[in-house]
Amino acid sequence: MKKTKAVLFSILIILFFFNLSFPQENLSPLPPTEVRASDTPNDNGHSITVTWKLSGDDGADKKNVVAYEILRSDSPTGEFIVRGMVPAGNNTYQDRGAKEKEDKNYFHPHKDFYYKVRAKTLNSYSESEVAGPAQAYGEWFHLGKLPVFVGTVTFTIMVLAFISLARKGKEFYVRPLAGIDAVDDAIGRATEMGRPILYILGLGSAADIATIASFTILNRIAKKTAEHKTKIIVPCNDPIVMSVAQETVKAGYLDAGRPDMYKEENIFYLTSMQFAYVAAVNGIMLREQTATNFYLGKFYAESLILAETGSVAGSIQISGTDEIAQIPFFVAATDFTLIGEELYAASAYLGREPLLLGALKAQDLAKAIVMISLALGALAASFHLGFFLKLFTVQM
Amino acid sequence: MRRQLPILIVFVSGVFMVIQYFIPHESFEFIYEYAMDWIIIIGIFAMLLGLWSLTRASVSKVQAKAPGWGFSVMTLVGLATMLFLGFYKGNKSIAEGTFFMDLFWYIYTPIQATMFSLLAFYIASAAYRAFRVRTVLATILLVTALIIMLRLIPLGPISGVNQWLASWILTVPNMAAKRAIWIGVGLGATATALKIIFGIERAYMGKD
Repeated sequence: MKKTKAVLFSILIILFFFNLSFPQENLSPLPPTEVRASDTPNDNGHSITVTWKLSGDDGADKKNVVAYEILRSDSPTGEFIVRGMVPAGNNTYQDRGAKEKEDKNYFHPHKDFYYKVRAKTLNSYSESEVAGPAQAYGEWFHLGKLPVFVGTVTFTIMVLAFISLARKGKEFYVRPLAGIDAVDDAIGRATEMGRPILYILGLGSAADIATIASFTILNRIAKKTAEHKTKIIVPCNDPIVMSVAQETVKAGYLDAGRPDMYKEENIFYLTSMQFAYVAAVNGIMLREQTATNFYLGKFYAESLILAETGSVAGSIQISGTDEIAQIPFFVAATDFTLIGEELYAASAYLGREPLLLGALKAQDLAKAIVMISLALGALAASFHLGFFLKLFTVQM
Repeated sequence: MRRQLPILIVFVSGVFMVIQYFIPHESFEFIYEYAMDWIIIIGIFAMLLGLWSLTRASVSKVQAKAPGWGFSVMTLVGLATMLFLGFYKGNKSIAEGTFFMDLFWYIYTPIQATMFSLLAFYIASAAYRAFRVRTVLATILLVTALIIMLRLIPLGPISGVNQWLASWILTVPNMAAKRAIWIGVGLGATATALKIIFGIERAYMGKD
């Protein structure tokens, strides 16, 4: 037994000295190089972007660098604190901070900051040289949105130009829309049957452009219902929408010269909850046996439930929305559907005012420009002409 | 002046909202967020208007014994109950486990889910109507819908072809149509916004 212990002890001693006879392998990875720190472009001024060249020990065949830590300090010799970490293989980090001064993570704009990047292995690390100083500042124009800006300005000029032409008396032809042509018949039908008209503005808020477009259509329809002495019911799911709808309908009655017929209680608030609203509106359809239902505005999953109930009640139904997912439901379940942009054009069609028709023609011209651009873009992509595609690239 | 002032406010607000989209500077960000906060505040006050409107409509229906007046009674009872339970203990009233939340989770939520689930039956009835083959377009719709629906079902040797065809329909003609609508919607929305900003369309403002 003693002999065995002595042999084991000897082996351990030999292994110990054998190990000491070789130098320890240096486990620190090569540090990242060429570290740069600069203001993040197109932001609000509370961020600095740090870039670097990857460590020589970061790669598929080396694999010992697992991450990079980004450190920041107020001075090149001061204490550096860790601001963030990115996995190996990444060479960019955006050091973002809060814009509120009371926030602990407040990022001071227009102040010098110094950075260094630390390459980390599982049990060691190495640091780059200090980079900086760098300052964060907010930009006054988002260069990445330049194509949108150019498009918006061009389109605005086109709209104003066509409106100016309309003011000078130029007449514009607009193609007929079946859904719009049916409005008069639908109101006439309700009048003959002695039943009310139901107008649904959808679930959008008063800030949604589809709801705003629907207000303008409501105004024209209210005017026609006043002329026909037909009751119009407008249940709303938003109190602000209700207030605007009341004013809109009242204006329609005033335009028709029948302010005495306007009844505020017919434009009322139900609930802001989606399916509770649907249940209430369905109840109104079935109880009042509305002759005509208009669904114009922003609609979601409730569109088909509303339209199918209206169909069961035997109402003539005219719908329109810019929600693409709901258009097939409306096409299947209602008699006439205004698809997408037709919702926005409906007001001009109903009003027949030259100024509004002028804006429609501007839209047509813009569509033609978009179609030409699409064709040119397809050709440019086919022939690898990157410069043309870059003209339309938007960075958010 | 009563007419001009709202138009001026709309113009200034509209132009600001367009400009701020292109300016990332924090001063514009601050004004934008401030305006958004005001929308929330106005929305909360408008809720009082909504409450008043709902109560008035329901009470007048009950008084007139209009058809379905019982539903109005239920509406008023539900409204009063939830308001009372929601307010009588302050913030604690709407904590989990309270009677208010029990009513919300075990009555309101299942009713809402029931209404939503009706959609399945309505899809069936709408599909029946849409697929009735009467015209060439309806036939195309029916055939296309069949191809798309059958892609989820194993069809033996033709499964691969059907999957490829369904994928092509979704990514080529369907996507092209969607994008066409999106472009139209974008232009239409911009034109409508411009008409409102420049005061050309003012029907939504009402009249004096």
